[in-house]
Amino acid sequence: MSTTKKTNIILFSGDYDKAMAAYIIANGAAAYDHEVTIFHTFWGLNALRKDEQVDVQKGFLEKMFGKMMPRGADKMGLSNMNMAGMGPKMIKKVMKKHNTTSLPALIEMAQMQEINLVACQMTMDLLGFQKAELLDDITYAGVAAYLADAEDGNVNLFI
Amino acid sequence: MNTTVLDVKGMACPMPIIKTKKSIQDLNTGDVLEVHTTDQGAVADLSAWAKSGGHEVVDHKEEDGVITFWIRKG
Repeated sequence: MSTTKKTNIILFSGDYDKAMAAYIIANGAAAYDHEVTIFHTFWGLNALRKDEQVDVQKGFLEKMFGKMMPRGADKMGLSNMNMAGMGPKMIKKVMKKHNTTSLPALIEMAQMQEINLVACQMTMDLLGFQKAELLDDITYAGVAAYLADAEDGNVNLFI
Repeated sequence: MNTTVLDVKGMACPMPIIKTKKSIQDLNTGDVLEVHTTDQGAVADLSAWAKSGGHEVVDHKEEDGVITFWIRKG
């Protein structure tokens, strides 16, 4: 193999199932020896949130946003059949039965496989997130950084 | 030529591929990795993965729901 191939995924959605799809593809691509980047923007940023409350100074609106959105990957809802939180409980039960890797474990594995996890700085500001509220070892970037990766990407996905 | 056994029985996608990749990294070219899996998607998955990475699937068989792969590192 001459040059390393690249996989770039934009995770826009904040749904447990969609994030799971993104992270399964990302981990699979890493096993294909691709250089993998997941660019988290808008609701996808919630996947990178720490699950505990982090004490940071912010305005009223930002505080409200923070409270209304899921704090961390495990608290995200389903894009379908969410049923006020019943859906995620059911699917996690089924996932355990079928030995499927949970979303938090997939994210941890992505970091172990040195997948580049990027948070969109513009939407961080919009939604009022601060770096301390997100997981460690995240890169903060914008559209140009994404395009630089994507323009010579072999696999480019928007989820 | 060495044969190493990897047991990923019971694991679901994407674990079999990730574990296979990790195991094959530690082998020398020409060594064979014997993978045991119960993932029914693995026949297509492992074959495609091996081809892309320049490895050779020497053989695979299915017995009692367990699929065994022999992959020679390329």
